[in-house]
Amino acid sequence: MAEQNRKVAFICSKGNLDMAYPALIMGWAALGNGIDVTIFFTFWGLDMINKARVDHLEIPPLANASMKMNMMGIPGYIGIPQIMGVIPGMTPFASWLMKKKMKGLEVPPVREYLQMLVDGGAKLFACKMSVDMFGLKKEDFIDGVLDIVTAGDFMDMTEGSQIIFI
Amino acid sequence: MTTRTIAGKTVQTNEEGFMTDPAEWTQEIAVELAKEEGIAALTPAHWVVIEFCRKDAASSGKAPALRRITTAAGVPTKDLFGLFPKGPAKKVARIAGLGKPEGCV
Repeated sequence: MAEQNRKVAFICSKGNLDMAYPALIMGWAALGNGIDVTIFFTFWGLDMINKARVDHLEIPPLANASMKMNMMGIPGYIGIPQIMGVIPGMTPFASWLMKKKMKGLEVPPVREYLQMLVDGGAKLFACKMSVDMFGLKKEDFIDGVLDIVTAGDFMDMTEGSQIIFI
Repeated sequence: MTTRTIAGKTVQTNEEGFMTDPAEWTQEIAVELAKEEGIAALTPAHWVVIEFCRKDAASSGKAPALRRITTAAGVPTKDLFGLFPKGPAKKVARIAGLGKPEGCV
């Protein structure tokens, strides 16, 4: 066993549903393997810890070249016509579909997943500049968020960490 | 594949130190493996987790991942990380004489 514990830090900069999961899944795996985890939420990534937003993250099919009709059971790799992406209801539909698929794999929703990470010892921080830009306050965030910190603070606290930007 | 003797019993292990035959496992082996993982004594709370994993693996054929333990055995995440600090996923499976958990969650 190494004398010093391995440390991983994630920077979550995206608020789309599909981009919320990488840090949650890898962070959870890291904790399970005894690796220290720090997550820094910046820009759109703040939606992941925003109490009002975390349960409503979405995935738009528009301009998403990888999202094919086969997600809906249509065989082959037929794309979703971009014009359909602008139809009202398409984004909620795609989001509903993804949440359903995740549930089928027993992957918890984002809010619950974050709580698991916090309970497992992950440290969550919000980016000060983004918080100021969006006019948010600490009270707007879920309970596990420890503090609002600057980019410099983040660099200090992640010394020796492997940093993953999402 | 190698063999080693734990608690007076010779068992098969893989290169990562996980036992490869759950049938060779005994409670005495668990106590020894727990010590190797830095857990000096196994309490009843530890045994709840270990026994759940043994039963679950016996029916599913694979070691349960952490969320399966917290939801199906009813052990809160905080408690699980408290009982098996610094890496419960591998530690629990190893002490229970099972392979590495296969799930991601």
